[in-house]
Amino acid sequence: MNIAVCIKQVPDTETKIKIANDNKSINEDGIKWIVNPYDEFAIEEALKIVEKFGGEVTIISVGPSTIEKSIREALAMGAHHAIRIETPQIPFDPVVTSSALASVLKEGNFDLIFLGQRAIDADHSQVTSMLSQILDLPCVPLIVKLEINGNKATALREIEGGDEKISFNLPAIVSAQRGLNQPRYRSLKGIMQAKKKEIQIKQASLPEEKIIVRKLAYPPEKEAGRIIGQGVEAVPELVSILRDEAKVL
Amino acid sequence: MSSILVVTEVREGKLKQVNREIFTAALQLGNKKNLSVAALILGNEINGLIDEPGKYGVQQVLSVSDPKLAKYSPDCFTAAIVEVAKQKNPEMILMGATNMGKDLLARVAQALDTALAQDVTDIDVEADEIIFTRPMYAGKIMAEVTISSTPQMATIRPKSYKALENPTPVTVEKMNIHLPKPLVVVDEVIKSTGGKMDVTEADIIISGGRGMKGPENWHLIENLAEVTGAATGCSRPVSDEGWRDHGEHIGQTGKTVSPSLYIACGISGAIQHIAGISSSKCIVAINKDPEAPIFKAADYGIVGDVFEVLPALTEEIKKTGQ
Repeated sequence: MNIAVCIKQVPDTETKIKIANDNKSINEDGIKWIVNPYDEFAIEEALKIVEKFGGEVTIISVGPSTIEKSIREALAMGAHHAIRIETPQIPFDPVVTSSALASVLKEGNFDLIFLGQRAIDADHSQVTSMLSQILDLPCVPLIVKLEINGNKATALREIEGGDEKISFNLPAIVSAQRGLNQPRYRSLKGIMQAKKKEIQIKQASLPEEKIIVRKLAYPPEKEAGRIIGQGVEAVPELVSILRDEAKVL
Repeated sequence: MSSILVVTEVREGKLKQVNREIFTAALQLGNKKNLSVAALILGNEINGLIDEPGKYGVQQVLSVSDPKLAKYSPDCFTAAIVEVAKQKNPEMILMGATNMGKDLLARVAQALDTALAQDVTDIDVEADEIIFTRPMYAGKIMAEVTISSTPQMATIRPKSYKALENPTPVTVEKMNIHLPKPLVVVDEVIKSTGGKMDVTEADIIISGGRGMKGPENWHLIENLAEVTGAATGCSRPVSDEGWRDHGEHIGQTGKTVSPSLYIACGISGAIQHIAGISSSKCIVAINKDPEAPIFKAADYGIVGDVFEVLPALTEEIKKTGQ
């Protein structure tokens, strides 16, 4: 099995996101960068598959040299190779990301391509779907279970209020949803080995961004909530407020 | 006259509620931009659905009926929409930001060499330019974006618009489109136990956190959910512990929700959780710790023990309900 896992470096979920002075980007000062949490499920699943069937896992990510921190973290989990597609910054428009990734994936002869179901920064949820369209491969987003049998696979895909059981042939593209597995911790040995692994740098010709950020803003600030009272005595008043004032019951 | 194409989603023989909300959103935008609105219904045996858009004021219905569209096949649905778009040349394509809608329109955007604003909560027009507002970082930031190519495309988050009834007669055009062989096949649709509503589509959500102490206490959440017709949600530690299914996890690495009413029970209110519920219309917090950050995010709060307050709340709603 030759598996690619496409990952993205994102701000840690603990981060209080601050808007930069241009009002169009975020202020990156002091941000702790991590591997997108959904991508860790993807890496874990890829590693489990090669542990079972043999093969190698290649990490691919798009961005400047600063993203090598998270590429090394992915390698420390046990991935074998890594490719960084050089761009001046991490692209915003998923059209650009998909195009860059596709240029490398086309040449890689991969049996399986994994992504996280979305990156928790821009929340686009588009790259998996766009890649399958560009590469003309079977695609199952949001998988919570995957079984492989030769060149056939079945997966459970999450839908609203349930799952769909899907069958498809490899090569294919899937995106990982929470629930697929529990990502492993990076071992000290893994971290040491990852430091020595080569990150291959590739160039890609990029299309223009078509989604343009006009303005970023904080969500409207809420006044602190009104404490109705203590314990069960406050319940009748809460219910009457929800019915008559907020009109949500 | 150019048009806004609303791609509908059929589940279990019915149009999803988010479609009706988008009919209203599209008509409002159409008025501002002088665009007509057409609803596209894709499925198998859909004759019973073609009048539905008319109830919400959409006069033009396009339908593609094919056994290959009975269940969601990304390949066949993409091919159908791309062909409709090539024939009708819409200015804009909209769909619900459901799991299906988000996948499907991303593929269509790629195929039509345009771009997609995903999970949009508002569409506005300023100086003739269409502006899409969409949450990023699960709602910590709201981004206004524009799309420089056509058709402009967006998925709209459920509950962002209120569906307005406006009965009108419809004209229906049945389109015959050749569909490819599907690359992925849905063998089976497995409903979650009890056929529960998904948190992203629920109008009311009752959500439990670590303060619920264990899965054996969830009947308190479920009882309240039952009397209010709500879906049940949870915070991340709860799904990480395996007390509840991952599908219920609300927050930055789970689901972002926009219900009318969100009741947080025994949830302290970590930044990731608050982000995921910030577009709720009304948030109620029940927590024994008066310093819990959830009270800052809430509209109303009760400081108290969830094990006492929850049953009392369920009873009170039963008692005062019709």
